[in-house]
Amino acid sequence: MVEQLAQHAMHVHGDAWTIKELFVLPNEYIYWSIQIVMYPFMTGLVAGAFVLSSLYHVFGVQKLKEIARFSLVFSFALLPVAMMPLMLHLQQPLRGINVLMTPHFTSAISAFGIVFLTYASIVATELWLVYRKHFVLTAHALKAKQDRGVIDGFRLLIFTILTLGAWDISHEAIEKDHKACKTMAGIGIPVACFLHGYAGFIFGSVKANALWMTPLMPVIFICSAVVSGVALCILCYVIVQEIRKFLARRKLARWARDASAPTVEELEGAKHEEVMLASNYLLYFMIGAITLEILDLIFRGYTQVKSWDILREVIMERDFTKIFIMQYGIGNVLPFLMMVLPGRTVRRTTIATVLVLFGVFMMRYNVVIGGQAFSLSFAGFMDYRLPIIPHDLETFKEGLFGALTVIATPFVLFYFINKFLPAFLKEDEAH
Amino acid sequence: MKSHVWRPLYVVIAFVVALLVFRFFYVPNDFGSGIRGFMYSFHRKSNEGEWKAQPIKYGVTGKQKLHEYCRECHGNEVKVRSEDLHGIIPCEDCHGPALNHPENPQKLTIDRNRELCLRCHTSLPYTTSERKRIPGINPKEHNGDLECVLCHDPHNPRLEDRKK
Amino acid sequence: MKRRDFLKNCIMVVAGASVPLSALTLIDPKKLLAANPQIHWAFLINTEKCVGCGFCIKACKTENDIPFDANVTRTWVERYVYTKDDRRYVDSPRGALYGFTDSRIDLGEGNFKEIDPKNVGKAFFVPKLCNHCETPPCTQVCPVGATYKTDDGPVLVDRTWCIGCGYCIMACPYAARFFHPVLKVADKCTFCYHRISKGLETACVNACPFGARKMCNIRDINDPITQIIMNERVGVLKDEFGTKPQAFYIGLAQEVR
Repeated sequence: MVEQLAQHAMHVHGDAWTIKELFVLPNEYIYWSIQIVMYPFMTGLVAGAFVLSSLYHVFGVQKLKEIARFSLVFSFALLPVAMMPLMLHLQQPLRGINVLMTPHFTSAISAFGIVFLTYASIVATELWLVYRKHFVLTAHALKAKQDRGVIDGFRLLIFTILTLGAWDISHEAIEKDHKACKTMAGIGIPVACFLHGYAGFIFGSVKANALWMTPLMPVIFICSAVVSGVALCILCYVIVQEIRKFLARRKLARWARDASAPTVEELEGAKHEEVMLASNYLLYFMIGAITLEILDLIFRGYTQVKSWDILREVIMERDFTKIFIMQYGIGNVLPFLMMVLPGRTVRRTTIATVLVLFGVFMMRYNVVIGGQAFSLSFAGFMDYRLPIIPHDLETFKEGLFGALTVIATPFVLFYFINKFLPAFLKEDEAH
Repeated sequence: MKSHVWRPLYVVIAFVVALLVFRFFYVPNDFGSGIRGFMYSFHRKSNEGEWKAQPIKYGVTGKQKLHEYCRECHGNEVKVRSEDLHGIIPCEDCHGPALNHPENPQKLTIDRNRELCLRCHTSLPYTTSERKRIPGINPKEHNGDLECVLCHDPHNPRLEDRKK
Repeated sequence: MKRRDFLKNCIMVVAGASVPLSALTLIDPKKLLAANPQIHWAFLINTEKCVGCGFCIKACKTENDIPFDANVTRTWVERYVYTKDDRRYVDSPRGALYGFTDSRIDLGEGNFKEIDPKNVGKAFFVPKLCNHCETPPCTQVCPVGATYKTDDGPVLVDRTWCIGCGYCIMACPYAARFFHPVLKVADKCTFCYHRISKGLETACVNACPFGARKMCNIRDINDPITQIIMNERVGVLKDEFGTKPQAFYIGLAQEVR
């Protein structure tokens, strides 16, 4: 029997991006790679966007009205994208439906199907309640139109279906919508927390992994999820307002040429107020998230259990830059100072939100990849090399381009959803 | 339930019903928990039979080492081995699984490579392991890349009997 | 009954039916009574006897169709070498598929460590495999019920149902699991379920020339291996996780993880 050389080794999942050092057990590879980093990041954005919108609907923070509506629609665009990283990661994606068919409830991942569908239903319901008046008015306008083309005929059909047969837009009916919407948002907050808390539980309950195993994991994930969601919504809101200002100034869009369109000054003013208020909430949750993470670290360093030697080497030496410089430094402390120091402007806040999003991404990365950076033998390390140029389907799905596809998709979806659920409406068309 | 706000709930319920109907056809009937309960033995029962039906390759003649099966035709080799330290090695370890030999396969592998012998006979300086009791050589210094079987008979490995 | 009430009741029945039927199998008294079956498989490894020849891994891969040139394996042997200057080296080249034919320690990525024979303190070999734990964390975390513990002990994977999420692989404290490179589902030692249910020994037990690997039915008190497990001092790996492994070791050192 001739000794097989390593270069002819059959492709094992994880082989392409794992480099083993010292003693790593034969079956150990970095099995959960970039897509598993993307998944909690995307669901975190979903949860955070929803919480932001609920601050308006449930707690009645009037000044957040515009950004709240935007967050809700964007949260809906993010939802299908939450499923994408999982489908790209599964070795048998066509069997993904098994999670809904025979859910094994002792597994945190089995919660995915039910929680995801429940959350999708709640967001869809809330959107329907918010936009029902818009659906009815648009459907009426299209029906009244004499020369409907094919596209308008299609739009009429969609909007008619979207009304679900509820054509009454009297004051009482809209009041009922308001009340139900508030209830939905109220129910939605714990579900959004569960949507991301269970993702934290997936990691925190794995007793085999010395880095992941902590009861704080679900709470840390929820806090950083809200942080990322709020930050993303502030960022997108600012960008969209800048686009609208540009369109209003040059009168390029249909709505901008309308007599009752908001002026550039009005747009600028609204943007300033809402961003300042939303970023306060961002700060509160940032404090929560970083407190818990530092607490976890302190406990590990203090109790120094069996895994401490290898963890210390991973956290303090090998991953020092990724954890302390990139995640805590650039991703947490720097934006925190930027938003807390006097003279806070919208521009400074916007840059801070980009840094916050980077910090939250690095947190996911350091948890998922960091937990696989050391061997179960506590005597070896695994280095993760993200595949940049794909040379087969697997290195595409679990590589840089797979991650970029996941990031880009919500914006593409938002563009289309916005045609039926416009994120920015005149006052009287939606609440 | 007069109010129109309940309509989305009906849509959701319709979707759930459709899912349950699909589930009825998709999930095999024998899916359930074993005696270890839901946490540890939730599975499709017929899978156990599928694993039991996997084809057997090594040692079809039971718990005995394969000497008895091979002795019928290969008595010479087996006789010598049995008296010797190599007698503890099942024939199939070096020659691969017998399966239906001699009908199929007609011939089993005869691996003359050094690496096969070096598994045990690379000298490793471990005094606290059973390994110390196996006579060994340093593969880099002992006769280069020559096959061990040129001088040593694996079925009669006593050093005094080796070819000169 | 008014039509509205009828509809309301229908909806409640449907909503109730959405409770997963599997929840109803949580407690089945008949099954609990049968919870002490006649057969319960266990494994015994004597690290004093293992010489690191690697025939067990070769036999396992051949018997169970795991590709030789894939660096994953259902079982493997680790070499522990302690030097007199208080250093510890561990390696397992290709899982010891070709044995240990080099006295240098394999550090991975083409690096080797020469050890002066005069400097070697204690050294030994530790075969490892799936422990078929009593309370296996891997079956607990499977989201679809594709992996499970059988009535007589071995933990198996349903290849037609596994979705390839890898949660079971992450949850195993012993790194016994891996993705099958061809079938693209989770795989692991099956205790040669197809052999033991026909009265044969597992491929690795059958192959070991030195008697380092043994198996038994721990409910059979007349089995000599059962008697060793019951009467002599045996240990298990990573007992702090509470997995209750069913692979017992003679001669484990405290540094073996």
